[in-house]
Amino acid sequence: MAIDLLDRKLLFVTGKGGVGKTTIAAGLALLAAQNGQRVLLCEGDAKGDVARAFEATPLAFDQRELVPGLWAMAMDTEESLKEYLRLQLRLPLIARMGPLARTFDFVANAAPGVKEILVVGKLCWEVRSDAWDLVVVDAPASGHIVAQLGAPAAIQELVKVGAVRDQTGWMMDILGDSQQTGVVVVATPEEMPVNETIELATRLRAETDVDLGAVVVNRVLPELFSRGEEEVFRRLQDPELAAELAAAAEGPVQPVLDGAELAVRLRRTRAEHLDRLRDGVTGTELLYLPELFQRSQGVRATRQIAAALGEELGY
Amino acid sequence: MAMAEPTTATLDQLLAAKEIVICCGSGGVGKTTTAATLGAMAAAHLGGRVLVITVDPARRLANALGLAEGFGNVETRVPHELFAESGVEARGELWAAMLDTKQSWDDLVRTHAPDAATRDAILANPLYVNITSRFVHSHDYVAMERLYDIHRSGRYDLIVVDTPPTRNAIDFLEAPARMADFFSSRLLRMLTVPARSRLVTMASRPFYTVADRVLGSQFLEDIAEFFLLFQTMYAGFVERSEAVSRTLADKRTTFVVVSTLEPAPVREAEFFVRALADRDFGLGAVVLNKVLPDWFRAPGTTSVAQRLSSQSTALAEQLPPSLGDPSQVARVLGEVGESFLNFQIVARREAEERSDLARHAEVVASVPYADRDVTDLAGLLALGEHLWRER
Repeated sequence: MAIDLLDRKLLFVTGKGGVGKTTIAAGLALLAAQNGQRVLLCEGDAKGDVARAFEATPLAFDQRELVPGLWAMAMDTEESLKEYLRLQLRLPLIARMGPLARTFDFVANAAPGVKEILVVGKLCWEVRSDAWDLVVVDAPASGHIVAQLGAPAAIQELVKVGAVRDQTGWMMDILGDSQQTGVVVVATPEEMPVNETIELATRLRAETDVDLGAVVVNRVLPELFSRGEEEVFRRLQDPELAAELAAAAEGPVQPVLDGAELAVRLRRTRAEHLDRLRDGVTGTELLYLPELFQRSQGVRATRQIAAALGEELGY
Repeated sequence: MAMAEPTTATLDQLLAAKEIVICCGSGGVGKTTTAATLGAMAAAHLGGRVLVITVDPARRLANALGLAEGFGNVETRVPHELFAESGVEARGELWAAMLDTKQSWDDLVRTHAPDAATRDAILANPLYVNITSRFVHSHDYVAMERLYDIHRSGRYDLIVVDTPPTRNAIDFLEAPARMADFFSSRLLRMLTVPARSRLVTMASRPFYTVADRVLGSQFLEDIAEFFLLFQTMYAGFVERSEAVSRTLADKRTTFVVVSTLEPAPVREAEFFVRALADRDFGLGAVVLNKVLPDWFRAPGTTSVAQRLSSQSTALAEQLPPSLGDPSQVARVLGEVGESFLNFQIVARREAEERSDLARHAEVVASVPYADRDVTDLAGLLALGEHLWRER
């Protein structure tokens, strides 16, 4: 039996663009914090979406407490490198030199895996520090996550000696331990997100040692009618009834019926994709989150997501 | 603020006036489908030879273009009969090609390598293999490079490009410039020094000291050797990158920003619109996908839906008994009203987002929320009808 999601130490939340990956990462972190865990939430790119989920000012590399128990930071490879040089190599002076950092940025951009290792290295460092019960990462989208998770192995293969290579061992231990680390893939029940999720599940298994902890199915539409009720709904749409219905409802009833019709059809299409997803990732825990019909994104939406996740996870 | 192009008001007019259309936007907004639709519509109604370049299309899109087999870096013609089967007499030809990053990079090296020995050394270099498949920006650059190449060949009247998924939507705009920077940089020279001579200057010593300790000198030498090889292609690459940059800024090129009306994609789209304006690139149109129908905001509907949801029992009793058990009818009415109110919240937010985005472009077209995915050319053309003449 797999370990409970929030009992792990490090969760990478990924998914195809537009599926609500950041909101789910924020929701998971918030849920853990609400349950008394000390949580670090890390924003993987500099888009500011994590800060927005808590309606906070932009995050920095230095951690900041957003709500009680929940700390957040923005990943920054240059800062990560400086910290690494300071802590590991005891090179405070050189680390402060601007041009050096720029040079490294260049090497990191050009050489495969270097930038990724700085990210993964920082995250594993935080896990190992024991300062946190849980580290949640708003990770790169599904197309890029495998390269990030595979970075330590890639570096070990490419770099034969040196300090970085020496570090890859313990990172791989953390990443490869399913008691500690898990990937959470977010998908909506739509064609491309489902395809990418299945593909990613396969690639994770083939190309990394990292465990697929759970698939979060986001924006599941409610089932409006039971079978008998659907019959009634059909009869309600009978044109001969239109005048009577409009009189009873005291206004334009057709658009309202059309709205329900669209909801029913959308749900049916999504159900097909959902079946495909279930078949594609058998053995993985699936968490279902309802479509929340939100006005906007922000603290309120994040709290709703955390509550919905809590319900699914049995909190 | 982005300047809308003054002479165009609908997508068909825009496409008729351009040679290159670049579709951009964040992931998951239907960029590939939009690119395929625009290409199909242009081939059907405007005529000429139209090419759609896509990146990793869904199987069904390849199928929709009739290209299930052998759809790769090669440009393949979409069978004319497919248009006829969809009930459209196509005036022109539709072609499609996919972007194969590795293949495209190899082609580039073959073009620019000074001699066969260098070419083979680069192609065989493990770092090259690694970089071309993993280098974050390598997709972006080859996409633009390939576009430039095909456009220059003059084989097509119109090229529609689906941009690769990137971490950052503007990456590919900057890719050519970055590639040029990369090859001209002092850093590249600095890195390649050790392979040329063991002379390390005072200025670069701290760099090597740290680099050696962190990465190991063997790895650094591997990198250096690779860059040294790559540097032989310097002149060709820089010249080409600049030409690619010019093509992007050319009047014959236009950008179509694709988005849904969800908050995150809209933010990305706005960011993109600004990025285009900053670079003087032409924003031709904004295409909005998965838009909820207008009638969600029709006057009077809110109170009807509220009545259905809150007075369902009373309403059910007024309706003919032939509908079914009154309590069941009441539940159905309640659900109908509730569901409408839910979707209406989203529709209202979308309308707001739409008017925000519409300020930036003269052409704003939208595609309603479809309950079916496009699986054939007829589906693409049906989608296109929504886009075509809408303002």
